[in-house]
Amino acid sequence: MIRKMMVSLAALAAFAALLASPAYAESGWHLLNMPPGVSELSKKIYSLHMLIFYVCVAIGVVVFGVMIYSIFAFRKSKGSIPDVTMVHDTRVEVLWTIVPVIILVAMAVPAAKTLVAIEDMRNTELTIKVTGFQWGWNYDYIDNGVSFFSRLDRQSDAARQLSSGIDPHSVPNYLLNVDHPLVVPAGKKIRLLLTANDVIHSWWVPAFGMKKDAIPGFVNEMWFKIDTDKLGVYRGQCVELCGRDHGFMPIVVDVRTQEDFDAWVKEQAAQSKPQQAAKPIEQAPATAQASNASAAAG
Amino acid sequence: MADHAHVASTHDDHDHKPHGWRRYVYATNHKDIGTMYLVFAGIMFFIGGTMALVIRAELFQPGLQFVDPQLFNEMTTMHALMMIFGAVMPAWTGLANWMIPMQVGAPDMALPRLNNFSFWILPFAFTLLLATLFVPGGGPAGGWTLYPPLVLQGGAGFPMTIFAIHLAGASSILGAINVIVTILNMRAPSMTLLRMPLFVWSWLITAYLLIAVMPVLAGAVTMLLTDHFFGTTFFTASGGGDPVMFQHIFWFFGHPEVYILILPAFGIVSEIIPAFSRKPIFGYETMVYAIASIAFLSFIVWAHHMFTVGMPLAGQLFFMLSTMLIAVPTGVKVFNWTATMWKGSLTFEPPMLFALAFLFLFTIGGFSGLMLAIVPADFQYHDTYFVVAHFHYVLVPGAIFGIMAGVYYWLPKWTGNMYDMALAKWHFWLSAIFVNVLFFPQHFLGLAGMPRRIPDYAVQFADWNMVSSIGAFGFGLSQLLFPYLIVKCVRGGERATSKVWEGAHGLEWELPSPAPYHSWTEAPNEAVIAKGAAH
Repeated sequence: MIRKMMVSLAALAAFAALLASPAYAESGWHLLNMPPGVSELSKKIYSLHMLIFYVCVAIGVVVFGVMIYSIFAFRKSKGSIPDVTMVHDTRVEVLWTIVPVIILVAMAVPAAKTLVAIEDMRNTELTIKVTGFQWGWNYDYIDNGVSFFSRLDRQSDAARQLSSGIDPHSVPNYLLNVDHPLVVPAGKKIRLLLTANDVIHSWWVPAFGMKKDAIPGFVNEMWFKIDTDKLGVYRGQCVELCGRDHGFMPIVVDVRTQEDFDAWVKEQAAQSKPQQAAKPIEQAPATAQASNASAAAG
Repeated sequence: MADHAHVASTHDDHDHKPHGWRRYVYATNHKDIGTMYLVFAGIMFFIGGTMALVIRAELFQPGLQFVDPQLFNEMTTMHALMMIFGAVMPAWTGLANWMIPMQVGAPDMALPRLNNFSFWILPFAFTLLLATLFVPGGGPAGGWTLYPPLVLQGGAGFPMTIFAIHLAGASSILGAINVIVTILNMRAPSMTLLRMPLFVWSWLITAYLLIAVMPVLAGAVTMLLTDHFFGTTFFTASGGGDPVMFQHIFWFFGHPEVYILILPAFGIVSEIIPAFSRKPIFGYETMVYAIASIAFLSFIVWAHHMFTVGMPLAGQLFFMLSTMLIAVPTGVKVFNWTATMWKGSLTFEPPMLFALAFLFLFTIGGFSGLMLAIVPADFQYHDTYFVVAHFHYVLVPGAIFGIMAGVYYWLPKWTGNMYDMALAKWHFWLSAIFVNVLFFPQHFLGLAGMPRRIPDYAVQFADWNMVSSIGAFGFGLSQLLFPYLIVKCVRGGERATSKVWEGAHGLEWELPSPAPYHSWTEAPNEAVIAKGAAH
């Protein structure tokens, strides 16, 4: 008896040690739930999710409880005699129709409120046009004249090739890294205009709580506003099957302070300007004689 | 084909039934056609299941080990098409063919030659579909939902897939017509509608759903065809069209379709639980109204598959509310099944084991469905593994376990032999345990942020994917017991009585086991119907 208890305690202790180990902390075992996210909206969504989850658990406990009880208490092998007259009970049936309706209404009200907030596209402070294509994203800061492509980073791309021999664990942020992340300021209501070049894609960062489809020939809108104390890098993926490399067009968003963001925009804009000035020079005459002549003249 | 010599009755000496291959190619007997549908469905189940194992093998670890991403997409697409159109729908039709005439006191289906045609379309349709894997461009790879523009990027496989879908759809429509005409016109005189077994009710309603929505699917896929080959622009913005319109049309078919996949399971479970509780179903009429309400509501919820396309707020609210509403009649059914068990006298033969697992696990699928209905939360769940977990819970421990429960319930009636109960219980327990190992972790993966339809994933998703893949192989291998058991039963076993199960009720149990090749050649009278009455 004591021996059995000791063995159980030892097993429990070993399990607890396992849970506390760094190996477990880095593993995916504890990733069981949606993250609350980094914006007010994502946290609202998370609360709705938990609310409805708890309602389901409560109903489940009651219903499964009755089922399991019946399986044990009403077995023929235990001598149970069936009550063949029990075929109706209007009172109980009305109750278990009305009570679920009440529960559903109770869930629908906060859900509708949150939905209205999600669809409120007024007073946005920055607009970025996002174009999905096979297989990457194009980000166009239409207010600032900055535009670039964002594709799966080279290291991840090499590792993901069939039979590459490269261990995905050795690649930082495997499949969730890009060459040019989207940079945004925290604390501002940012509007994304989503469209696509070819097939339907969909833009999603789990920490932001929202996803929207990017449909060719149409423009969808969504907004997010990241809490000012949640600066950092957030990762997401395309979430609408878009062909062979649907799983390989991630999204990376770098949330910075307003000042850092402004500095970055200036830098990006400056980088693109010399390219425009360079064009007339590149249209220089083709022959060496002509270019010598123009160099002498200039 | 298994030996059916002892299925023939001694009463049909004058019956010039063909033998050998002609018996099946020219079949008009509902029992033979039912058997063919079930054998066909079984084969498709194993092919579709193998495709699932290719998927889960690739997803066992991060990195790409086995398949090119394009082939992976073909596997996910074909797995779904095979399972939905090749396994579940034909299996339900097979059970309908076998049981409806016997349960309503009819000698056969109303339209036996149409019945033959309905079945024989299917091997052609699925040979065509499977052939797409071997043509240039490969099989369809845009998901079973066939969204344009992606699906239009397919090669030769695309028109073959569309044609296969047309053929399978035609088969379903013709089968549904047969079911409705049989149920409405060929019941024994004393069997009024509200005395019919619940399996018959569930198929009556399913048949109306089929006739309503299969033509819509046919329309949608024809528009895909004309957009690709004949210059129409239904789904192209530059021509004034809209890819989202396809989604509306597809899901107007698609949502009733998923109820088509589950309603017959509701019917079967509504017969098995009372039989093994030795107690009538609690609230028979309510169960009928609940199935009818679910069928009606299924027409007004379709856009809950499309919450992220950019729908106006009013649309999102409407579809959220209508979707939540479907939980009410479904909940009523779950409560009624539970109340049937309450104060019953339960035994746990294989049909009851599968029916109880259905009750538990389908309810879990129902809970995740309710969560998905909440639009703001759905913005996090949509197109992730959370959705994959939801629909596999309602389809595998839901529809598939329902089919298995029905087969284990009626197999002794069909063959005249009891099957190996111990082995059937092994099949049950292995299936019930592995199905949860396979699909429960997918809830975690979806909530943690893993999208669906991807062949490779970020390393934080590795652990639960490994568990899920182990579950997949365990579940898949366990299914080999099922055909083994069935063939063993057909070959011989302990003789089955007419009643087979102590608590069973219904006209089929008034017939001998095996049921004669031609049963109810004279309609059963009131006395027989009252004796077999379920409630």
